[in-house]
Amino acid sequence: MSASDTPARIAQRQKTRNRWLLSSPALLIVFVAAIGPLFVMLAYSFMAKGDYGGVKPWEFSTDGWFGVFFSRDIFDDTLTIADANVTIFLRSLRLSLLTTLITLAIGFPTAFFIATRPARMRDVWVFLITIPFWTNILIRTFAMQEVIRNEGIINTVLVATGITSEPVQILYTDWAILFGMTYVYLPLMVLPLYASMEKLDFRLVEAGYDLYANRIQVLRRIIIPIVKPGMIAGSILVFIPSLGAYVTPRVLGGGKNMMLGNLIELQFGAGRNWPLGAAISITLMVLVMVALLVYVRYAGRSGGQHHG
Amino acid sequence: MTDLPSTQELAIDVSGVSKVFGGEPGGFRALDNISVGIRNNEFFTLLGPSGCGKTTLLRLIAGFEYPTSGKILLHGEDIGLLPPYKRPVNTVFQSYALFPHLTVAQNIAFGLEMLGRPAAEVRDTVDRMLALVKMEPMRDRLTNQISGGQQQRVALARALAPSPKVLLLDEPLSALDYKLRKEMQIELKRLQNETGITFIFVTHDQEEALTMSDRIAVMSAGLIRQVGTPSEIYDRPADRFVADFIGETNFLSAEIDSVLEDHAILRLPGGGLEKAFLPKGAKTSGKVTAAIRPEHADLVPEGADGGLRGTLSNIIYSGSSTHYHVRLHDGPDFVVRTQNSPDNKLEFSVGQAVGVRVHDRCVQALED
Ligand SMILES: Nc1ncnc2c1ncn2[C@@H]1O[C@H](COP(=O)(O)OP(=O)(O)OP(=O)(O)O)[C@@H](O)[C@H]1O
Ligand SMILES: [Mg+2]
Repeated sequence: MSASDTPARIAQRQKTRNRWLLSSPALLIVFVAAIGPLFVMLAYSFMAKGDYGGVKPWEFSTDGWFGVFFSRDIFDDTLTIADANVTIFLRSLRLSLLTTLITLAIGFPTAFFIATRPARMRDVWVFLITIPFWTNILIRTFAMQEVIRNEGIINTVLVATGITSEPVQILYTDWAILFGMTYVYLPLMVLPLYASMEKLDFRLVEAGYDLYANRIQVLRRIIIPIVKPGMIAGSILVFIPSLGAYVTPRVLGGGKNMMLGNLIELQFGAGRNWPLGAAISITLMVLVMVALLVYVRYAGRSGGQHHG
Repeated sequence: MTDLPSTQELAIDVSGVSKVFGGEPGGFRALDNISVGIRNNEFFTLLGPSGCGKTTLLRLIAGFEYPTSGKILLHGEDIGLLPPYKRPVNTVFQSYALFPHLTVAQNIAFGLEMLGRPAAEVRDTVDRMLALVKMEPMRDRLTNQISGGQQQRVALARALAPSPKVLLLDEPLSALDYKLRKEMQIELKRLQNETGITFIFVTHDQEEALTMSDRIAVMSAGLIRQVGTPSEIYDRPADRFVADFIGETNFLSAEIDSVLEDHAILRLPGGGLEKAFLPKGAKTSGKVTAAIRPEHADLVPEGADGGLRGTLSNIIYSGSSTHYHVRLHDGPDFVVRTQNSPDNKLEFSVGQAVGVRVHDRCVQALED
């Protein structure tokens, strides 16, 4: 016991130790259930692929990681950039960003509309917004397919009214994926936005008008800075599942317009290349984490930076 | 208002304004055909009980609501339908409504920036405002990192910074404790003198209204009952509502005995005669109410020359003064207030028969 050990400090240390002890079962579960699989994935990505799927556990190999960005020519063993994979990466990023932007553009006025209804009506609107959550994502995606396919609602109307002579090919294009993801993830944007707008004190809006700000200035200088945490939360909630989306690109994008989720599935399934699948999975995760860090850092900084 | 100077001298001229919430016939009439003129550079107070329409009138002037009928002129120009951001009028909100994402200085700069003033001017004005409300050390704090009184001063500085023609203040002091409130009352008066801006101040605290205002409008239930200087309102209330709402008043039913010019001789309960002030245009015979302030009467021993007689039912000591409740033989309770001083000891005890002597020229005759 050193001279600085006062009774208060000893008690404090005791308390800290007890806290760790008491929460250890929960920590164990979190570790095994959440972090454990990640380590399995990481290990798989450094193993040689098994002949019929799976991995060869005792054979170290970087082929999986190699395969993420490069492909080896089967005939002369030269290395080329894996165009297909890069294309899929870029498409996933592009579509996810666009989905985030579109849901933000639609979700913001929607959330604002709900937040400005009388208190009683707000619950009804929120209830309506959450209804899609009760339906299986597969069913919702097939419903979207029904809307956009060549004989679907949109094209039937377009052709019947003579706006176009031929049905417009939307299904099995990137547009279809974009429509689908926007539709599926919109509630994830609206709910956090609504939560932050509902807390917004509308007297601040009046104060803005009183101080000579017009509608646009009130929106830009008062409402957006204050509901920014909701915008960030909504964007993260939409961007992350978009990046790993599997069902929507599969059903609406067809086999050609794959996204990362489909590519990963392909490696674990028909591709029989588990190490590559594992490496892509981890790349996806790193991508998400980098995006999050950049976004949070950027948003956090610009928050305190209004009119220098 | 007929007794006001011409419209040129009026900062705000409200004429025949009504506000009906929820649409005409079934709606709620929050303001009923109100007319009032507020002079340039004046500290004008709207005083009235909760729900009488003070905030509504302020919001009509600020532009957050539009009148159902009637006109609002600002220096002779009709502003009734302008949006709030086009009116040279600023508001200090009851809740302050400071922007939580901005610092103290940024809050104060907001209005100037929206008006597109050059950066150097904004900086100078913000510095001047910070000095005016003594908030320089707090300029870079967020508004949730300062106390209620400091928030109030920032709200004031923010509203004053764009030099509005008229400043509207909706119960700005109601959230403060008694002592701070007293300080801020003096501060507000000082600011109004220094800036020369017309203040329209809302309160339901009559003491605050009396100490701060150049003129007061007393409102009730969507109507303006009386407009006048604090002493006019206090000494010459126009009706029973005003007399009751401002300060304490004893009401006695009386009968007009005779009338001389602006005075009447009233016969009070118990038969005593008192000279009373009669408002212009009041009736000159029949039953009226005599209003007498507690400090305008003295307690005298029974049998002395006092107009009213009764039994002392209660003595309430409250530091600077003492209240004596007298149950009159021919009427209700009558309250007498005397100023306390160490050498001024009145020797009365509860249950004793006493008389009440009313001071000269201190009775007001009111119609019921
Ligand atoms: N938007 C509205 N819709 C319906 N009625 C309203 C509305 N705003 C105010 N009122 C009603 O108008 C009346 C006057 O309200 P106002 O807010 O002007 O009162 P006030 O004098 O400011 O009272 P307080 O001292 O409590 O602030 C009240 O009865 C109120 O219920
Ligand atoms: Mg009010």
